[in-house]
Amino acid sequence: MKHTLLLLLLILAACSPQGTATQSAGPQTLTLMTHDSFSVSEEVVKSFEEANHAKVVFLQSGDAGAVLNKAVLTKDAPLADLLFGVDNTFLSRALEADIFEPYESPRLNEIPDPFKLDGSNRALPVDYGDVCINYDKAYFSDHDLAIPQSLEDLTKPEYAGLLVAENPATSSTGLAFLLATVAHYGDSFTEYWQALKDNDVVVVDGWETAYYTNFSGSSGRGPQPMVVSYGSSPAAEVIFAEKPLDDAPTASILGPDTCFRQIEFVGILKGTPSRALAEKFVDFMLDKQFQEDVTLQMFVYPVNPRAALPDEFTKYAQAPEQTAALSPEEIAAHRDQWIQAWTEVVLK
Amino acid sequence: MENIKKLRVFVSPWLVRIGLWLIPLSFLLVAFFYPLSRIFALTLDPRTLTSENLLLASEVLLFTFYQAALSTLLTLLLGLPSAYLFARYDFRGKSLLRALTAVPFMLPTVVVAAGFSALLGPRGLIHSLFPFSSFPFIGTLWAILIAHVFYNTTIIIRVVGNALSSLDPKLEAAARSLGADSLRVWRNVILPILRPSILASSLLVFLFDFTSFGVILLLGGSRFGTLEVEIYLRVLRLPNLPLAALLSVIQLICTLVISLIYTRIVTRATVQTAPRSAESNIRKPKTLREKIFTTAFAFLLSSFFLLPLSSLPLRSFFRLEADRGQRGEVLYGFTTDYYRELFINRRGSVFYVPPIRATANSLGYAGATVMLSLLLGFPAALALAKPTRLERILDPLIMLPLGSSAVMLGLGFIISFGAWLTSPLLVPFAHTLVALPFVIRTLQPAIASIPERLRQAAASLGASPLEVWKNIDLPILRRATLAAATFAFTISLGEFGATLLISRPEYPTIPVAIERFLSQPGGLNYGQAMAMATLLMLLTLASILLIEKFRIPGSGEF
Repeated sequence: MKHTLLLLLLILAACSPQGTATQSAGPQTLTLMTHDSFSVSEEVVKSFEEANHAKVVFLQSGDAGAVLNKAVLTKDAPLADLLFGVDNTFLSRALEADIFEPYESPRLNEIPDPFKLDGSNRALPVDYGDVCINYDKAYFSDHDLAIPQSLEDLTKPEYAGLLVAENPATSSTGLAFLLATVAHYGDSFTEYWQALKDNDVVVVDGWETAYYTNFSGSSGRGPQPMVVSYGSSPAAEVIFAEKPLDDAPTASILGPDTCFRQIEFVGILKGTPSRALAEKFVDFMLDKQFQEDVTLQMFVYPVNPRAALPDEFTKYAQAPEQTAALSPEEIAAHRDQWIQAWTEVVLK
Repeated sequence: MENIKKLRVFVSPWLVRIGLWLIPLSFLLVAFFYPLSRIFALTLDPRTLTSENLLLASEVLLFTFYQAALSTLLTLLLGLPSAYLFARYDFRGKSLLRALTAVPFMLPTVVVAAGFSALLGPRGLIHSLFPFSSFPFIGTLWAILIAHVFYNTTIIIRVVGNALSSLDPKLEAAARSLGADSLRVWRNVILPILRPSILASSLLVFLFDFTSFGVILLLGGSRFGTLEVEIYLRVLRLPNLPLAALLSVIQLICTLVISLIYTRIVTRATVQTAPRSAESNIRKPKTLREKIFTTAFAFLLSSFFLLPLSSLPLRSFFRLEADRGQRGEVLYGFTTDYYRELFINRRGSVFYVPPIRATANSLGYAGATVMLSLLLGFPAALALAKPTRLERILDPLIMLPLGSSAVMLGLGFIISFGAWLTSPLLVPFAHTLVALPFVIRTLQPAIASIPERLRQAAASLGASPLEVWKNIDLPILRRATLAAATFAFTISLGEFGATLLISRPEYPTIPVAIERFLSQPGGLNYGQAMAMATLLMLLTLASILLIEKFRIPGSGEF
C-alpha cells in the first residue's frame, strides 16, 4: 500500500507542470496566447528576448474566436500573460468578460485615434486588414468566367460551389464577412445567406483551412477558386512564390461592401504574474520593428504610421476605397444573435 | 490477544465499512457530485429555461435520437448476418475475423475518426488515388453512421451470436419435421427466441450512438449538433454555459432512462432458453448458397474492418499533398517526415512542445488514472462485494458517472474549479471518474469469489487483517486487478471529450493533439495527425495484448 501511494505521488510529481519552474535563475518566460495565423520573424522575437533576458512562448490555440473563448473560460486560471488577436468583431466579448488589465502604453501616442476602440486601454490596437474575397485568376481565365463584382453576383448560378467562407462562430475572418453582409443587407442578410447556401457556398471552421486547403489559388490547390480572405493575401502569394512572379496569381473583389475592416488587439491578461515584462512586450508590439514585421508575417497593415510598408505590399495588396461599416456598439449588441441566425440558415 | 480479537469484532462491521467508503465517496463528492450540482443549479436558473433555449434543446435532442436510431438500424443490418455467420458456420480465419470485428470497440474515437479520414476523407487514400471519383464523406451524416456501425457491430455479434449458438437445434429440427420452410422457422421459432437479445444489444448500441462524441465532431463537424457536440460547442465555440448545462442534464436523464430499460430487458433475457453447448450448432458451409454466403460475407466484413485500420498507418507514410503555404515543388510519395517531425519543436507549429510530448503526457495521465482508480476502486469493491443496506443505496450513486457524458464532466470541472483549472491533476481526475465504474465492476465479483473459509482459516492461525489481505486476497485478485488496471489505462489513453475541455494547451494528450492536427491545413499537419493516431492505435493494441499475455499464466492460480 505504501508503495502504491509513493508511486502515485511520484507519477503525479512527474506530470506536474515543468513551466512552474521558470521563476528560478533562467530567463523569465512570457506566454502570449494567440490564434493559429499568428506569425512573427524569429530575429524580431530574439531581439526582444535578448534585450529583456526573457523567453517568449507563443501559445496558438485555434482560431481567434476559439482562443478568446478559451481565455474567457480560464480567466480565473489564465493560460498566458498576454492575449493577441482579439479583433473589433469580438472585442466586446473580451471586454464584457473582463479578461484584460488596462495598460496605457507610451506608444499609443503614435497610433491614430480611429484604431483605439477601447477608451480604457484594456485592448490595444496592433494591426488592421481588410477582409475581402480573393479569387484565383487562372481559374477564371481558364473557364472564361467573368469575375463577380458584388455580393449579389456571388449568388448567380455560374458561381455555384466556387466560394469557400469561414464559420463566423469560430473564425473572426468569417465573422467579418458576415458583418459585411449585415452592413449591406441589414436584417435581410439571412435571405442573402440562404441564397448563398442555395448556390452551394462551402463553409469551413477557420481561415487557415479555407485558404490553405480549400482555395485553389494557394498551396492546397483545393476545389474553390474564391475564398473569404484578406485584401493583402495576393501580395503574400507573390512574396512566397518559389519562382519570381510578375503578377499576383490571385486578386481581391473590391465591390460595394465586399470588404470589412478588421483591427486586431493585444491585451494583458488579468492575473499575470509578469505584468512588467508583459507591458514591455506590448510596447514592443507597437514599436517600429514589430510593426514592420507584421506586414510580411501576417499580411496585415501596421497601426503605427511610423512603420514602412514593403514594396510588394504597396504593389499587390489591394485596399478597398471604402469598407462595409458597422459601429462597434452595434456589433457588440447583436453579434451573438447574428451568428445564431447565420447558423440556423447556413448550417442546419 | 483476547482483547484485540474482541476489539476487532467490535470495530469491524460499521467502522470498517465507513472507512472503506470514506476515500471513494469523498472523491466522488468533490469531483463528480459538486460539479453536477453546479450544472443543475445553472440549469434550473430561470434565465436558462427560456423558450428559446428549450426549443433549441428539443431540436438537438431530436437529432440525437434520429442519428442514434439510424446508426442502430444500420448496425443491426450488418450485425445480424454477421452474428449468424459466426454462430453457425466454421470457416478458415474465423477466430481472427471475430477478433478483428472486436478491435474497433476498444479503439479511441479519434483513432477511428482518423482512420476513416485516411481512407475516405478529402485528403485520404481513395481520393488521392482516384481524384475524379470525388464524393463527399467527411461532413456528411453517412460518415457518422458508418463509423458508428464500425464501432458497435461487435456488440450485436456477441450478444445475438451467443443467443443463436445456444439455441437448441432440436427446436429447429422439430419445426422443419412439421413441415415449416426456412422462412417460417425463422419467423416463428428463431426470431421470437432471439428477440430479447436483439432488443438488448440494439439498446446498448443505441446508448453508445446516443452519447457518441469524438466520431461526430471529427467526421461530421459542427453541422451535426447532437447533445454531446452541442454541449462542446456551447462551451468553447458559441459560449453559452447555461444552455450547455441544460443540454447535459437532458443527456444525463436520457442515458439513465435508456440504461434502466436495458437492465430490465437483460434480466428478462437471461431466463429465456436452456443453453446448449455452442459446438453443436456450428458446422462447415455445405451447399453452394452457404458457401457463397460465408465467403462473401467474411470478405465484406474483413474489408470493412481492415480498410480504415490499415489506411491509417499507410497514410502516415505517404506525402500526398503540399504543406501549409508550400508553393514550390512537392515530393509526393513515401516519407518518414511525419514521424520525424513529431520530435521537433518548431515555433509557430501547432504546439509549443515537441508533439511527441503528448505521448509522454498521455502515458503520465494514464499511469495516474490507473493508480487513482485502483486506490479508490479497491475499497469500494471490497464493500460492495458483501453488500449491506448501505451498499444497496451507494451502488447506483457510484455508477452514476457512467451515465454522464465525458463532455459533461469537462463542463462540470470548468464551471466548478475556477483557479484550480491550472492543476494538471484535473485530467487524471476526469479520467478516473470515467474509469472508476469499470474498475469497481471488474474487482467486485473477484473479491466476492474469494472463499470466506480461507480468510477465516488464516485469521484463526493468527494472521492480521492486513496479512490476510496480502496473502489470501491479493493473489486471487491479481488477475482482476490487472484487468481493471488495463481498463483504466486504455480508457485514459483514449479519453477525448473531457480532456478536450479541460486539458491545458501546453499539456496536450495524444487524442487532443490528433484533433488539433486534423483541424489544421497542409500535408505536414495532416501527416502528423496520422502518425500520432497510428501511435495511439498501436499503444492501445499493445496494452490489450499485454494483458491477454499476463492473464494466461495468472489464470492457473485459481
